Parts: sequence; structure tokens; C-alpha cells
Amino acid sequence: MQPLVEARDITKRYDGVVALDQASFRCQPGSIHALVGENGAGKSTLVKILSGVVIPDAGTINVRGRPVVIDSPIVATRLGIGAVFQELSLMPDLTVAENIFITNPPRTHLGLVDRKALYRRAKQFLAELGFQDVDPDALIGELPLAQRQLVEIAKALSRDPQVLILDEGTSALTMQEVHTVFEIMERLRAQNRSVIFISHRMDEVEEIADTITIFRDGRNVASFPAGTVGREEMVQMMIGRKLEQVFPPKRALPAHEVPLLVIEDLSWGDTLRNISFRLGEGEILGLGGLEGQGQRELLLALFGVLRNVRGRIYVNGEEKQITSPAAAASAGIRLALIPEDRKTEGLILPMPVKDNITLATLHQYARFGLMMHHQERAAVDRVIEQLRIKVPSPSVTVRSLSGGNQQKVVIAKWLLTQAQIYLLYDLTRGIDVGTKHEIYQLMRALADEGAGILFFSTDLSELVGLCDRVLVLYEGRISAELSGEALSEENLVATALGMKANGREESPVRRMA
Amino acid sequence: MVTTSRAWLSLHRWLRGLNQEQRSVVIAYLMIVAIVGLGSLIMPQFASPNYLLLQLMKASFLGAVAAGQMMVILTGNIDLSVSWTLNLAAVMVTSIAQGQNERLWLGVLAGLAVGLIVGLLNGLGVAYLRIPSLVLTLGMDAVVKGVTVLYTGAQPKGESPELLNLIVHHKVWGGLPSVVLVWTAISLFCFIVLHRSALGRKIYAVGNNEICAYLSGVKSHRVLISAFVLSGLMNAIAGILLVGYAGRSFNGMGEPYLLPSIAAVVIGGTNILGGSGLYMGTVAGAIIITLLESTLSIMQISQAGRNIIYGLVILGMLFLYGRGSQIRE
Amino acid sequence: MTTLSIADGAQWLRRFFRRNFKVGIAYVALLALLGVYAGLQPRLFTKPVITATANQGMALVLASMGQTAVVLTAGIDLSVGPIVSLSNTLASTLFPDSVPGVIGVVVLVLLVGALAGLINGLIVVYGRLQPIIVTLATASIYSGFALMLRPRPGGYVPLWYGDLLTRRVFDLIPTSLVLLAFVLIFIWAPFRRSRLGLAVYAVGSDERAAYMSGLNVNRAKVAAYVMAGFLAALAGLFLTAQTSSGDATIGAVYTLQSIGAVVLGGTSLFGGSGGVAGTIAGAFVIRIISSVLFFAGINPLSQPLFEGLVLLIAISLGAARTFTLRNRLETMR
Repeated sequence: MQPLVEARDITKRYDGVVALDQASFRCQPGSIHALVGENGAGKSTLVKILSGVVIPDAGTINVRGRPVVIDSPIVATRLGIGAVFQELSLMPDLTVAENIFITNPPRTHLGLVDRKALYRRAKQFLAELGFQDVDPDALIGELPLAQRQLVEIAKALSRDPQVLILDEGTSALTMQEVHTVFEIMERLRAQNRSVIFISHRMDEVEEIADTITIFRDGRNVASFPAGTVGREEMVQMMIGRKLEQVFPPKRALPAHEVPLLVIEDLSWGDTLRNISFRLGEGEILGLGGLEGQGQRELLLALFGVLRNVRGRIYVNGEEKQITSPAAAASAGIRLALIPEDRKTEGLILPMPVKDNITLATLHQYARFGLMMHHQERAAVDRVIEQLRIKVPSPSVTVRSLSGGNQQKVVIAKWLLTQAQIYLLYDLTRGIDVGTKHEIYQLMRALADEGAGILFFSTDLSELVGLCDRVLVLYEGRISAELSGEALSEENLVATALGMKANGREESPVRRMA
Repeated sequence: MVTTSRAWLSLHRWLRGLNQEQRSVVIAYLMIVAIVGLGSLIMPQFASPNYLLLQLMKASFLGAVAAGQMMVILTGNIDLSVSWTLNLAAVMVTSIAQGQNERLWLGVLAGLAVGLIVGLLNGLGVAYLRIPSLVLTLGMDAVVKGVTVLYTGAQPKGESPELLNLIVHHKVWGGLPSVVLVWTAISLFCFIVLHRSALGRKIYAVGNNEICAYLSGVKSHRVLISAFVLSGLMNAIAGILLVGYAGRSFNGMGEPYLLPSIAAVVIGGTNILGGSGLYMGTVAGAIIITLLESTLSIMQISQAGRNIIYGLVILGMLFLYGRGSQIRE
Repeated sequence: MTTLSIADGAQWLRRFFRRNFKVGIAYVALLALLGVYAGLQPRLFTKPVITATANQGMALVLASMGQTAVVLTAGIDLSVGPIVSLSNTLASTLFPDSVPGVIGVVVLVLLVGALAGLINGLIVVYGRLQPIIVTLATASIYSGFALMLRPRPGGYVPLWYGDLLTRRVFDLIPTSLVLLAFVLIFIWAPFRRSRLGLAVYAVGSDERAAYMSGLNVNRAKVAAYVMAGFLAALAGLFLTAQTSSGDATIGAVYTLQSIGAVVLGGTSLFGGSGGVAGTIAGAFVIRIISSVLFFAGINPLSQPLFEGLVLLIAISLGAARTFTLRNRLETMR
């Protein structure tokens, strides 16, 4: 059978980093084709190339056997390719209805947008899809993430695509909503169209996909009918080696009680509710739970970013008021935060590696406000060597580094502050295995030197393998504390879904590792 | 012929080896050479030291304003309150000094205070109230204008103290106008602040990505306020110098400096969105604009023609520096 | 069939107020100003004063509507003022006495304005340069052309042309308001209600998302600049009727005042939200303040200060939002 869409030998580089390396992919009509792989394996880049958002450096694309050049999303739409983007393509100031029919709104006989028909049609269309809870007159900016995802899906479907691409398009949806989307996908398959489906949730992939293609390091490494390859084996293909113990040994002694950080009754709006815990000297304390249960806010609250935080924070036994990151990093407190988004929060991409590394410690190399370049350079060289950051020179921009080296730059910045407490948000996301390894060793070494580490991760194996204890957050509360034998992936999943906490079966499933 | 083409080639190669910031500055200085060359074709004494020093003197006032404007632009903001801050500072000098040399220092102090206060208010509004600087400084300009008009009663009174005139028109080392020395001092100060100090590093960091800077412990509010205060002070200094240059203050004297100050910064290769640009570029920008003005007036081109050429030069320089990125990756 | 329940209606009302809050503030400010004005000037509600007041605001209203289009795309047009001047000098230079001749010149002037806007838009889009600096440069160029046409104020404007635009239709409604209604119904509404208008809002709201959605981002932006140029030219034509002469510097104040009117009217400088309804109120506020201050017997020397303060306070009101944000990072985006 002739494939509906076929991509051959696609290569794409960003500033020297290879995102796709002669990757090929084909999908048949009447099928649901899953793309799986680790973060940074190149799936999203392929999606963007197929939908005309990114232009490949090399390679060919055929649609129904005809070679095509997809150099804009307009062309992709015309070719019948519709995409649901991971980062969403919605305009926040426009209504749901306007977003859904943004390129083809119903028109009056004068050729103007027929607003009545627009809302009528949007309401009807959303109902047909089973998304009747979404109000067509609401502004996108007013909606929660889950509803935005539904709108993004509806928008892609409104162009009546022959090929629908869902790039993590269901990550914020509840089980029920996911099943509604699955029904839509099955309907498309029945109409002899195809769906390209990207998800981190292996359950979903195995449930819905006909064919699975695995991506690793920018290449397609295997393609097979769903159900013919076991999960273990798939994971091995994704990471390219056998699963092995990659984590450094945990601390032998139980936490000898020298609490660095004590939190009592921390609350912030509805997002954080009465959070209390203590972090000991030399401890790696994990934060678990589904993403978006308050972990980000907890770290930001501790780091002085949020206003109106209630509760008490004690550092080394003294109560502290932390009202800004500058205060958090100051001498008496010595907190460090590695934030969620490396590219917008952790780094200043257009600035040199050197300037990024010393941004948090400028005062150390300044005398009377003037920079002492030799001292600065010495510190930079030292930490670059310590972390084995691969840079041609400290004066190249951070933008030109690979993801792993970029994250090392963020770590280097905070190492120089000699922080005693590290707040880490999913710092291994999208990073190659080798670098992950190094980061794990580094974290344990820091803890052994007496630092306390509070560590949120979406990767369950990290939480299990690396942490001494894990606090699980659910709806802004600590729903469980796991340690020792109880610290297992099964228990993490169960408590993350709030099951032990309140016994509810049906709860929102968000992105899991 | 061969040697020139080889020179071009090596120049071209050298330019390609530079980053965009450096390349812009080099192009800007080449532009100065080109204008001087063009000028001396029309008027042989154009390239004479005396004439060029006169041009530098004229460029000094704009140079001071542009230096402050650059600080603000680097943080990702803009200062549209230049005109009347400069004006009110100038008015303060003449009205408080009342033409008496012994009161000059009082006038200068009052002028600097104007710059400091306006800059502080701008900075507070941008840093804490988060009002877009474009409209905040626009409103501030209107208020300062109101204060000036009210204070002066339509037309400023008082004259510049003789001492100030002498200082401004004084020539040191047989020909170098002292104003140029002041500008040099300002430039040295700005160069050190931007390229050798911790504050400078923070200004670039905030201009590129305030969130990251803030999360790295940079007190970004203070950085923003510092930039606006420096801008206010630079405007005040320009106003004070202009009083000495013109011998008086008058309402409207700051208006010819607003848009040229922005143009000078941008022609010097600073990104209008902030975060990148070298100080020496802004010096070049101020000189280019001044030389262009003079060349065109020597060529007896009307004000109309000058405006048109002026606009075309700004656009042309921007195209030479390279364009922004496209939306698609 | 859906029936409109009371709850639905209440929700609709709440939503209406929330979405039009900023526009509402602009109109409350305008009404308050008019109230004070009426208290000070008992003859306000007579035909001549109403007409004069409407005329006083009209040129800024038109220029600011054009500025709104550009600001909605998250751009800015600093050449609005010079295009007003260019239109004024061109009209006063070319105007003949005959009616068809005048109509021809009006059409020509409007085309020139649209062309000036087109040039702005093309440079911004295809030159990939920042709007603020592009229009700063073209502003210089356009003002140069205006000066070239009319180095000194003067020129010829037929008397009937001025009378026609600045008086009343059927001695009842000010012609300027009729003109405004005409522009709203036949120019702005079709633009706003077209796919292009929707695209303008989309681009301003999130340019990347608009591009990924398959919208023609470039066309939307260029259209906004063309609209700005066209309406600035119209403003210049109205100003020509008011002053009955040409002056190359007459438009200078309109650049910054139009930005002020747009912001007062509640359109976000970051694009995507707002509209001309608020802008019209904003422009009238800016224009009426001086009359109100005059009638209030305020020392003429302190007038500019009061004008500035009102403008500054109105702008600062928009900052109230900052204090409702509990995550400090959100204030920095």
C-alpha cells in the first residue's frame, strides 16, 4: 500500500546540535502510528517538519507518493496534514471559537466573518467531538491547560486533516478525556486516514497504536506492529543499552538529624496547602507526584519568587523571611534553584557561557563594582573543568551548546555560590544518558559534603534510585512520604494518583516518565 | 587595483570573523570615514583637525544623551522623557545661578537633581509598577514639560553664568574643546560601567532575559532603576552643557535630541530590544548623525532633503547590520 | 435549541464587563471629563460648542484608530504624525477649486497615505526590523517630503471644503461625527470583521501560534500598517479643513498623542487585545482636557502640567494589574 506520508533521510541541525540525523518515517492510511523515544530523540522536530513549522536541512517528504516541499503551515494544511503541537498553537486573546476556525471562519454573503455562525458551528463541532464542556465563547487565556489541549485538538480537526499529528496532545487530559480523543482517532482510522501519535505514556501507546516507531538520538531505530515487542525491549531500544544501575549508592547512615531546612504549614492560594517537611544535612529529598501538583510553586515559594506565601521557613534553625531570589541566595540562607525551563529561566541563551556561569556570583569577582576579569576567568575555568563542560571557549554563547552541556552551565552557576540547599526541578529532562550519569554522581557528592537537596523529577527511576526519601504531592498537599522499602515505582505511581491518599480511582493522569 | 581588491577581501574576511556586535561597530566607524571623505570632496577643509573638532563638540551633547539612552535601551526599555528632562535641567541652571558665577555650582546641582529625580521616577514606574517604558516616559515627558512651563512662565529667565560659557567654549591643548573632554569622561565612565563593571553585566543580563537574571539573584529592579537614573543624569549633563554653549536656556531646546539619541544608539549597533550592543558603537552613532547633519548642510541640502537622507541612512545601516530572525525555526 | 437562562445571562454580563473593563474605564473618564466640562461651560450642549468639541477631537481620533491597528499586532507606528503632515501639505498644495478636482485630490492623498503605510509594513515584515526603529526612520523620510512640499506654512484650501467638513449636516449633527460614523461602518468594521482583522488580533496575541496555525502573518501586519497610513492621511485631510492651510509640522504632535490615546483606550501595547472603541474615548479625553482646564480657569501656564498629570495617571491605572499577580515572574513577561 502506498504510504500516506513518507519522510526520507531528514536531517535538521540547530546551532550545531543535531536534532534529526537522516531520520525516515512512513505512515499508512487507516492506521494509528505511535512515535516513541526519550526527550530530545527528535520526535517533535519531525512533527514540526511535517507540519511546515521547521524547514529541514536535508531530506525529502512524499505525500501520497508525490514529492512535496512543506515550507509553511499553510502548505501543510493544504496537503491535509494537521498537527496538535506540544506547546499548543493557540492565541490567548482570542475566543475558543475564533481559535478553532482561525483560518476558515464561516462568512456572511459580504465576505465578513459571521460571528453568530462561528459560535454556533464551534458549539456544534465541540459537541460532535465530545468536548461539550468547552465554552466556545471563552478566551483561551482564561482556560485551564486541559481545556486548551481539547481546543488545540478541535482546531486541528476542523481543517478536516487526512493526517492528524498529536504531539503530546493528551498530556494534561483526564482518563475520560483521553478516551474521548481515542474514539476520535479510531474514527479517523476507520475513514482510512492516519494518526501520528506521540505520548510518553506507554499504556496509551500500547492501547491505541497499530504501529510503533522508536526514535533515538535523532534517528528512527525500529518500526514494528504494536504488541509484537515487549515493553522492556522497547525501553532498551529507546535508551540504546540495557537498563543497569546508574545511580550512585545511597547514604549508608539514616539521616542524622541536622535539619538544614524546616518548612511548616507552607500555603500559597489553592496551589500549595499546609506543606510541612524537613530536609536534613546530606539528604537528597525527592519530590514526586504528577507534574503540576504544586511542585514548581513549592520550589518558587522557597526561593522567594511568590507573593503572599503563608507559613514558616527555618534555615539552620533560624526562621527566615525569603522575599526574593537575591535574599534566598544570600549568605545566611544559601539556597540555589535550578528552574523548570532551562532556556527561558535557567540561561541567557545569547550571552557567553562565562557570563552565564558567574551571573549568581558577580559580587565575588567585583571590587568597588568593577569586575576582576582574572578572578572571574579562573573561577569559570575551574568549574568548567570540574563539571567537564564541553565548550570550545568560555566566550561562546550558551545557545551553541547541547542540552546536557547547557544544563551543566546552570549547575555551574550555582556550584560557584557554594549553596547549602539545592532546589532542583527536573534537571535531567531532555539530557543524554551520559550527562545524567554525571549529574547523579555530582548530586550525591554534594550531599556527602553536607548539602541538602530537594529534587523534583518526572522520571520515577530517578526518584527511586537517587533519593533518600520522597514526598509525593497531590493537589498541592503532601499525600505521602516514601522511603526505604516503600520507595518503589509502584508506590510512587499509586500515591501520585492520589489513590492511597483518598482512594479515588479516577483522577487526572498527567505526564509520567 | 589588485591591492585594493585584496584589501577589500581581507577586510571582508576580518569582518566575518567578528560577532555581530563588533561588526556593527566597525561598520559604523567605516561610515564615519566615508562621510569625512565625502565631506572633504565637497569642502576641502572638512577633514581639517579644527573642523572635525568642531564636529566632535557638536556631537558631544548628543553623545551624552545617547549614552544615557543606550543604558535604558540595553535593559529592553526606552526613554522618551529625554527632551524635557534636558530642558528642565537647563532651566534650573539659568534660573538658580542667575548669571552669577558663584552660584553656578548651585545651578548645576539643581540641574543634576532634576535628572536624578526624573530618572528615579521612570525607573520606579518601570521596575515596580511594570508600566511599559514607552508610555511611562512619554507621560513623564509631558509632566516635566508642564513643570518647566509652569516654573519658567512660558519663557525661561536668567542667563548662563559667564563661567559656564567659558568652560564650555574653552579649548585645551590648543584646540580641543573642553566639552569634548567632558564627553570623553562620560564615555570612559559608560564604557567602564557597561563593559567592566558588575552593573554592566547585570544590565545586559536583564535586557536579554530578566526572568533568568532575577532567578540568579540579580536585583533586577535596581538594575532597571540604575539605567533610568543614569539616563536622567546624562540628559541633565547635556542640558547643563547646552546652557553654556548657547549662553541661555529656552523652552524646546531638548526636542532636537530625543529621536536622534535613539537613532545614534541603534546606528551604533545596539539592539533596540535590548541585551546587546557595544558602547563604542553609540559614540560612533552620535558622530555619524552630527557629521551627516553638517555634510548635508554644507551641500546646501534643504531641511526636507536632510530628513529624507537621515531616515534612509538609519534604514540602510540597519540592513547592513543584519536582520532579525524569522518566526520559523 | 438552547434557551437563555438567567444564569447564562449573568455569566454573559460578567464576561462582558470583564472583557470590556479597560474600555469602560476610558468611557467613564470621558464622561467624567464631559461632566466637569458641562459644569464649567453651560453652553456645552449647544450646537456650535458640540460641533467645535467634536471637531477638536476628530483628527486625533482618526490618527489613533490607525495607530490602534498597528498596536494590535504588537507593533508601533511612529510615522503617524509625519503622514498627517504629508497629507495636509499635499492636499493644500494640490487643491483646486472645483468639486471633482478636490475629490480627486482627496483620493490621491488617501492613496499616498496608504502607500506610506504599505512601505512601513513591507520594511517591518520583509526587512525583519523592529517597528519602532523602522517607523522612526520612515517618519523622518515622510516629514522630509512634507517639508519639501511646503517649506513654509501656506497653500490653498477652498473655503467650501473647510465649511463642509467642520460644520453640521442638516444643521443638526456635526459633519465630523458623521465622518467618524462613516469610517467606523465602512472602513473599520469591515476590516475588523474580516478574516484579515481576525488575523491582526491573532498575530498580536501570539505571533508564533498564529504562524503555526497557518495564518499569513506577514499579510496581517502589512494590512495594519496600511490601515494606519490611510487613517493618518484621513486625519490630515480633516485637519486641512480645520486649518484651511498647509503646514509641514502640523502633524508632529499626533505620533505620541495617538499612542497615548491607544493606551488610554485600553489596547495592550503587547498586542492582541483592545480595539478602536476605547481609542475613540482615549483620543477625546486627550483633546478635551485642555478645554476643560481652560474653562476651569486654571492658570494657562499650569495647563501642560495638568494635561501631563492626567495622562500619566491614566497610564498608571493600567499598572493595577501588577499588584494582583502573586507570582513575581509573571510581572516580568
